[in-house]
Amino acid sequence: MNTEKPMLYALSTCSHCKSTKKLLNDCNVEYDYVEVDDLEGEERKAILEDIKALNPRCSFPTIKIKDTVIVGYKEKEIKAALGITE
Amino acid sequence: MNVEQLYQALKKSQEAKGIYFNKDKDLVFELLESLILNKDRYGYMACPCRLACSDREKDKDIICPCVYREPDLEEFGACYCGLYVSKAVHNNQARVKYVPERRPPEKIC
Repeated sequence: MNTEKPMLYALSTCSHCKSTKKLLNDCNVEYDYVEVDDLEGEERKAILEDIKALNPRCSFPTIKIKDTVIVGYKEKEIKAALGITE
Repeated sequence: MNVEQLYQALKKSQEAKGIYFNKDKDLVFELLESLILNKDRYGYMACPCRLACSDREKDKDIICPCVYREPDLEEFGACYCGLYVSKAVHNNQARVKYVPERRPPEKIC
């Protein structure tokens, strides 16, 4: 079983990223996240390469949940990838 | 300029072009606060939903209102952030569709 935590690539100012964070928090999901606009230099470059490998458009939010990559605040897709059924 | 002043100034100038703020006022104010934050941070109002690189020339396509706003309003009824909506959406004659990113990724630096 793949137990790695979801990873959220976000921007601190982005409304869709904030909505995604709220969704994950409301679902009581433990996740890791990075706000790319707060990074500089090599750290920023490395994270951008990671994001591009998942989402070639390099847009935000990009969320990796197990083997699923979701681009944008797509509530249904995020919940489905988390295994949350309503 | 505070957020209320920015709201009033943009409302007037954009409505004259037939472009309206989203009716979700909380979202609009949150985005306007982010625009002011970006103005302090970069010196220009970079799009809050895109990664700016602190170089005005390289970021000129994403200075709000971004160059992608017009085609996004036409195709999806809203801009990428959801700050602005088309007249049809404003008048409840159309619904906002999910707006995918159209900025070429090569521009991100």
